[in-house]
Amino acid sequence: MTAIIEVQDLVKSYGAVEAVRGLTFRVDEGEVFGLLGPNGAGKTSTVEILEGMRTADSGRVSVCGLNPQSAGNAFKKQIGAVLQSTALPEKIQVKEALDLFADFYSEHTDTTALLERFQLTEKKNAFYKELSGGQKQRLALAMALVNNPKVVFLDEPTAGLDPQVRREIYGIIEELRRDKKTVLLTTHYIEEAEKLCDRVAIVDHGKIIKMGTPRELKQASAGTTRLEVRLAKPVAEGVLKGLEGVSDVRVVGENYAIYASRAPQAIVALVKYLEAENNELQGMEMYSPSLEDVFIELTGRRLRE
Amino acid sequence: MAANAITNTLSMTKIRIRLAMRNKMFLFFSLLMPMIFLFLFVMLWGKGSPEKISYILGGILTLTVMGGFWGLSVQLVTFREQGILRRFRLAPVGAGPILASSILANFLLVVPFVFIEMAVAKYLFHMTQWGNIPVILLLVFIGSSTFSAIGLIVASVTNTMQETQIINQLVWMVFLFLSGATIPLTVFPEWIQRLTMFSPATYLATGFQSATTNRVTLPELATVVTALAIGLIVSFEISRRIFRWEPEEKFPPRAKVWVLAAMIPFFVFGVYEYKNGAMLQRVHDAMDSLDKAQDTGGMHR
Repeated sequence: MTAIIEVQDLVKSYGAVEAVRGLTFRVDEGEVFGLLGPNGAGKTSTVEILEGMRTADSGRVSVCGLNPQSAGNAFKKQIGAVLQSTALPEKIQVKEALDLFADFYSEHTDTTALLERFQLTEKKNAFYKELSGGQKQRLALAMALVNNPKVVFLDEPTAGLDPQVRREIYGIIEELRRDKKTVLLTTHYIEEAEKLCDRVAIVDHGKIIKMGTPRELKQASAGTTRLEVRLAKPVAEGVLKGLEGVSDVRVVGENYAIYASRAPQAIVALVKYLEAENNELQGMEMYSPSLEDVFIELTGRRLRE
Repeated sequence: MAANAITNTLSMTKIRIRLAMRNKMFLFFSLLMPMIFLFLFVMLWGKGSPEKISYILGGILTLTVMGGFWGLSVQLVTFREQGILRRFRLAPVGAGPILASSILANFLLVVPFVFIEMAVAKYLFHMTQWGNIPVILLLVFIGSSTFSAIGLIVASVTNTMQETQIINQLVWMVFLFLSGATIPLTVFPEWIQRLTMFSPATYLATGFQSATTNRVTLPELATVVTALAIGLIVSFEISRRIFRWEPEEKFPPRAKVWVLAAMIPFFVFGVYEYKNGAMLQRVHDAMDSLDKAQDTGGMHR
């Protein structure tokens, strides 16, 4: 496979804050690659360096064989992007905005067809300020694709949107995959990364802490099932770890995350232990393994903490 | 590359004109405000004297044309603070076309307003002649472009809307009251009159007043147009160089001397006029002529 995005030892600081601390990864042509991490992990800084919007302190980045900082318009013609924080003038109409950005490119897609594809035809004469959050995001996606780019950067494309709109956006990203576009997606939604990405890099405090396909990452997780339990009285992690069927235990806030290779045995052993200790099980939830487990296992925190 | 820049400039100019026409504030400040001033000045000072109405119109056209200074600086800061510019940054479009389109759109929007003001002065206040229309149009173009470019510099050197408003207020006061556009320069002490020769607004106001009263001479026109044209080129290039796309990109305080750099051409012309005194003499001659016209019951009656 040909690498279309290459990042080597990328470093970016803002004053004393080290946002990106030596990131290295590559994205192959036609791949949907996800940067998954909590807010402040360094995802947006990384993407904006790749988009040519920010300069790196050190390291090397290349997109379509070009340096985003120095390649100028030749680079801009290759990429499309949905930024995390951006806007358009309040009183620009949907079709006007799309046509304006189409005019900037010598070759562009038919804007009427784009409106149709993103279900914005009915809103083509609406002002930007009149659009809902989902419609604004669909317009942002349409604008990102107006030049038929090779690489599409999507920085938190579904943040703050309701589940229905998120599902619509997932559908659009699936379409991009079918169109063989290379997509770099940042997200802090586990299900988004699991559902959409061919490969995922889990990022925390400016570093990649694990990278692979969602399946690989989940298989590498210590347990196969996660039991989140809330107890009346605290117990030592080591005690829970010693119970039958339990492979690992983490304290997550006020709860205990018990990773069980054999869940039924682990539950029985836990209940027996609590009875013997005069403790009480106040709540229990059971989860199939997910990227959230991988993140908790690696950092001891939830993604959205 | 140059063809792309022109295409991009024209595409954005078209959109900017549409956006301005949808903006009630723009219409209020660009059309209604100067019109209120026109009515006010005519009532206070120009009643019964067509010559004075022509002179007042010169000042009103100056206000209308200078309005780009205020409007474009606020618009650019708004676009930067709202993250609109950063979306444009992703596209193959540079700072030059973004700035040029705002200047061009402002000029095209101002032209009809200028004609509306002239028509009101002619038909409502009985101004007896149209003035030198080609010179008026030339001054509208060069004046609106220069003041817009100065406004764009202010937008680029200020970090917040609050800072922009403070600088705009200070500079606007000078443009408004120390240019001859609203208060005749001859009412000020001579040292203030000489100081006003360093302001671009004085060149525009004297140029318009000469054009609307049909007194414009070639040397005066040459001085006014040269001063404003050099001011435009310097201001545009500075605003292009210090253009900032991102709200969090702060402009270092010491770099704010760029604003002063844009004033260098007017400083040079100011020194020349300070020594030569030709422009100030023309201002005095115009006022004398108006006073005589008033004494004799109006030149055109």
